[in-house]
Amino acid sequence: MLKTILTLSLILISVAISLALFRVIKGPTIPDRVMALDAIGIYLIAAVAMLSVLLNTHAFFDVMLQLGILSFIGTTAYSRYLERGYLIERDHDR
Amino acid sequence: MSFVHLIIFIPFVAALLIPFFYKYLSRIHTGWFVLPIPAVLFVRLAAEVPLVAQGEIFMHTMPWIPSLDINLAVCLDGLSLLFSLLILGIGTLVVLYSIFYLDKEHEALGNFYLYLLIFMGAMLGLVFSDHLMLLYAFWELTSVSSFLLIAYWYQRKKSRAGALKALFITIFGGLSMLAGFILLSSGMGTYSIREIIGSGKEVTLLPQFFPAMLLILLGAFTKSAQFPFHIWLPDAMEAPTPISAYLHSATMVKAGIYLVARLTPIFGGTMPWFWLVSLVGLVTLFWGSFSAVKQTDLKAMLAFSTVSQLGMIMCLLGLGSAALAEPLNIMSSLYPAAMLTAIFHLVNHSTFKGCLFMVVGIIDHNTGTRDIRKLGGLIRLMPLSFTMMMIGSFSMAGLPPFSGFLSKELFFTSVLHIARLDIFRLETWGVLFPVVAWVASIFTFVYCMILVFQTFLGKYQPQKLEREAYESSWGMLLPPLVLAVLTILFFFYPNVLADYLLLPALAAVLPNMAAADFGIEPILAWHGWTPELMMTIGVVLLGTLLYLTFPKWSRIYHQLPHWLTLNHAHDRFLSLGEKISLTTTKAYMTGFTRDYLAYIFLFMILLLGGGLFGQQNFSFDPTGNSPIEFYEVILVLVMISAALTVALAANRLTSIIALGVMGYVIAIFFVIFRAPDLALTQLVVETVTTALFLLCFYHLPKIKKEVVRLSFKITNLAISLGVGLIVTAMALSAQGHQLFPPISGFFENSYELAGANNMVNALLVDFRGFDTMLEITVFTIAGIGVYTLIKLRMSRRDSD
Repeated sequence: MLKTILTLSLILISVAISLALFRVIKGPTIPDRVMALDAIGIYLIAAVAMLSVLLNTHAFFDVMLQLGILSFIGTTAYSRYLERGYLIERDHDR
Repeated sequence: MSFVHLIIFIPFVAALLIPFFYKYLSRIHTGWFVLPIPAVLFVRLAAEVPLVAQGEIFMHTMPWIPSLDINLAVCLDGLSLLFSLLILGIGTLVVLYSIFYLDKEHEALGNFYLYLLIFMGAMLGLVFSDHLMLLYAFWELTSVSSFLLIAYWYQRKKSRAGALKALFITIFGGLSMLAGFILLSSGMGTYSIREIIGSGKEVTLLPQFFPAMLLILLGAFTKSAQFPFHIWLPDAMEAPTPISAYLHSATMVKAGIYLVARLTPIFGGTMPWFWLVSLVGLVTLFWGSFSAVKQTDLKAMLAFSTVSQLGMIMCLLGLGSAALAEPLNIMSSLYPAAMLTAIFHLVNHSTFKGCLFMVVGIIDHNTGTRDIRKLGGLIRLMPLSFTMMMIGSFSMAGLPPFSGFLSKELFFTSVLHIARLDIFRLETWGVLFPVVAWVASIFTFVYCMILVFQTFLGKYQPQKLEREAYESSWGMLLPPLVLAVLTILFFFYPNVLADYLLLPALAAVLPNMAAADFGIEPILAWHGWTPELMMTIGVVLLGTLLYLTFPKWSRIYHQLPHWLTLNHAHDRFLSLGEKISLTTTKAYMTGFTRDYLAYIFLFMILLLGGGLFGQQNFSFDPTGNSPIEFYEVILVLVMISAALTVALAANRLTSIIALGVMGYVIAIFFVIFRAPDLALTQLVVETVTTALFLLCFYHLPKIKKEVVRLSFKITNLAISLGVGLIVTAMALSAQGHQLFPPISGFFENSYELAGANNMVNALLVDFRGFDTMLEITVFTIAGIGVYTLIKLRMSRRDSD
């Protein structure tokens, strides 16, 4: 029962990822794509969580935490890039 | 270490010491230190003459590379004794001559004598070697040292060109000879010439007999300047005259003759050998003497005459090789006689040609030119040189009372009788020999007369000469004088020479035949009113006539267009080869990375695809595969569309984002396949890579709508599809073929063996920590590399 529900949710998550991917591909603007990527990151956290239950292991908890951090950092980096045109400030840019 | 080994090594050791003498004892001409070496060695070898004449053969072997069956096997028999005496005797005279010829102040004498001694040692090693590989080593050493000596005046363009040409042709021959040696020794299972000879007729049954013969003959013909490889010899005349006298008349060009004579017991007696050697010799004899007449440079004339005389010796060697044919017929004593004539003329040629070169050197040295159009009337000023030139030339022309007369008469005897023999289809083609030989002798007579009379008679033209002509010092005159005297002595006492040197040499060329079996009559200056004598008289009469009318018929030499000459063919071959290789290289080395990648991938497709599908190795076995979940299918579809987006996006940022999606989905696959460590690492690396891409693209321009040819796109698509297909097919094929059980069971003991709960980490730092260390090194190098690239660029910008 649990397995069926989890598989079903995984399928739904996969569909969500592919829909987000559609946004990544289609755009039309870069921020749209970045938002979609951020969403994919969050979906992945959920997917990993469900997989952990399905596989009956807690080895992937690290992955979930890391995904959260990285998708935040990634989205921030993109946003900064889109806003200012660079990622890391140099002394003479200030 | 026997005395034969010592004789070979002493010149090399002396060559090592030459620079010290040249540098620290520069007040004395370096040649004086060199002179005793060949002289002493000559005397030492001459002491062996009586023993060798009694049929004694000295064999000595020293280990060199025993594991490869290569050793310093030397052999002293009649043939090598004769050659080594020539090398050392003429070597002594040439060194003496060079002391007076080369100036102490203006010439780099250290180089000269260093090269000369290397050459002398190499030549001695060549004639004493019994081991094929040793023979080849010394053979190439003579080529290289000759190259160095021809280009002795390396500031001159013509010297360098001549040296290059000589090296090119002789090395070509040397390499083909090496191939022949390898074929021969692989067939016989031994490198020793003596052992191959000892095995008798077994060698003729080898399948590689004919190719080996052809390749070895190619080496001999190129070295001995036989037609059509003779073209390097006239150009080698840019060398100093002592070198021309020594290398290009008396010693090196006889290396090919030596090789043919030495291998006659192996190959001789067969029809291809007979015809190849004697016909090439005959053609060379004719072409050399024909071309010599038109030369205006004395040394070029002598060069072509050398070519012609070498052809004559080669022809005689070919005729003489029939002595080994079976069945022997009644007139078989004729063939050994031809062989003896070859050896006799070899000695004669070395003496008179050495003498002639030295006299020409004296003329060049004392008048400043070698052009016969500028020379003339020197007889009054240089009487001694004239006498010696006359002796040498008349000997070459075959006039009594000089040694050349005897060998020319014997040559006529050989070619005259060859037509009457009934082996090797001589009955049809044999008549060719006497006719061509006779015509060639007439031309020989003509250029010999030109050599003497155009140089020394006629009008003296001091205004055309660079300096006032004068007779040389005795030091320069003595060496040619010795040779001229020898030329006369050989005429009056030919049988002393024959008994002590020529017959032992003949016994080495034609083994398995006792001396008594030869049935050779002693060499006689006068043997009645024979056809040979008539031929000689005919040569003299017609030759004189042709010489007197030379201006009338010399026009025929200008009829041959330039593009038909062999020199032109050689130059054209080289320039064409250069052009073709340049065009080919330019055609595929386009400088575009895209093209090189296309080559690499195309070859990958061809090789792997050929291996997979061409050999029917592809097979797919789905048993043992795990079931595929539906969400996995969707994730794969996501990856495919992301990958297509990367390839097709019109915007760099879209590509990067799609690449990020791919990386993340890969991470989720790692989760599905239960690899938490991989998933963690993949996520971090993916994020960092994406950030780096963004960093890079900040500096890049926007993607331009590139105008690419459609054919480009289609080939790119085809190649990438092909590569993808091949890799997929390979993975599927490999997956179905697990031949052995995996070894991962061992690593399940990671807690017992390494105290680790995490198997992957135990593998990385414990079981196979060595790989990890090197991966760390790779990262360090990459980091330092990036740092250096950035820093160095910055500092350069600062300094600007």
